[in-house]
Amino acid sequence: MATEAEAITGDWGGGVHPYRVGHRKLGMWLFIMSDSLTFSALLMGYAYLRASNVWPTPFKFYPSIVFSSIMTLVLLSSSLTMVMAVSASAKAQRSRARKWIIATAVLGATFIVLHMIEWKHLIGEGLSPFALPHEWAEKWPGSTPLFGATFFGITGMHMFHVFTGCIYLLIVAGRVNKLKHEDVEISGLYWHFVDLVWMFVFPMIYLLSVDATK
Amino acid sequence: MTAHAAGGEEHFAGSNKLFISVWVWLLVLTGFEVFLGYIHLPVIYMLTILMGASIIKAALIVAYFMHLRFERLNLVLTIVPALVICICLLLVFFPDSFRSKNLRYQGPAPAAPESH
Repeated sequence: MATEAEAITGDWGGGVHPYRVGHRKLGMWLFIMSDSLTFSALLMGYAYLRASNVWPTPFKFYPSIVFSSIMTLVLLSSSLTMVMAVSASAKAQRSRARKWIIATAVLGATFIVLHMIEWKHLIGEGLSPFALPHEWAEKWPGSTPLFGATFFGITGMHMFHVFTGCIYLLIVAGRVNKLKHEDVEISGLYWHFVDLVWMFVFPMIYLLSVDATK
Repeated sequence: MTAHAAGGEEHFAGSNKLFISVWVWLLVLTGFEVFLGYIHLPVIYMLTILMGASIIKAALIVAYFMHLRFERLNLVLTIVPALVICICLLLVFFPDSFRSKNLRYQGPAPAAPESH
């Protein structure tokens, strides 16, 4: 009997922490699960509309794709600085951890600024959530104005997450002496998740909408 | 470090060197994706390769940056399969998407109405 029970609970070991993570970390993982379903639904909705409509593919390789690649590089690098922050925090080097966290938040803010420049440019061209610029509508006859709705909806939702993440990181940086290592790690989980979402948004929204015409 | 590890509270694993090499791999995959955008493949190949590369990138981020590889298997099995199945279930909408595409009028543009 005992061996059977041990076989079932062997990995758990009968302790009170079946996941060997704190309740906060488990909570963050559950939040990440629900949030990734939110983004999946948004991206699937985009794919649904794209497959059932004539879809404009307006992004020129230069400057649009090059610009969004730089944004991707900034966000990827911010993930690396966050990893360094968590790594420093694990070694109880709190002031180093604080510097890396602030560097992460600065890179996140850079991403937002670059994104706002891009939005401003597109809005200037005449793109809005429910209307295409005239040149696009002429170039892709019959194309749906929902391009703007999906573009601003998905990138806006992502940018909101980056913005929230920056505030979260600054609070963690300010309180790093009072917080446990795991709390720093949890803020890292959130930040990497935001980066992960961009790894799907960037190819689906930008790279699949490269303008192949000259 | 060892004093912390004894409590089972701290289980940080992975060196900075490992994380930097993961980051380099993420950059390489992103560069590859951007290159595909530059050479203009047909959209169906583009979609397949891009999704494949993005899933690899997501797996690298989750496994190393988010430390899931160093967590207990219990946690991994709680998070990953449910999420993958739920996301795959969203694909159920696509037949309807193709249906509404096929419902669209695809013939020549209708002639202008005659004036009486």
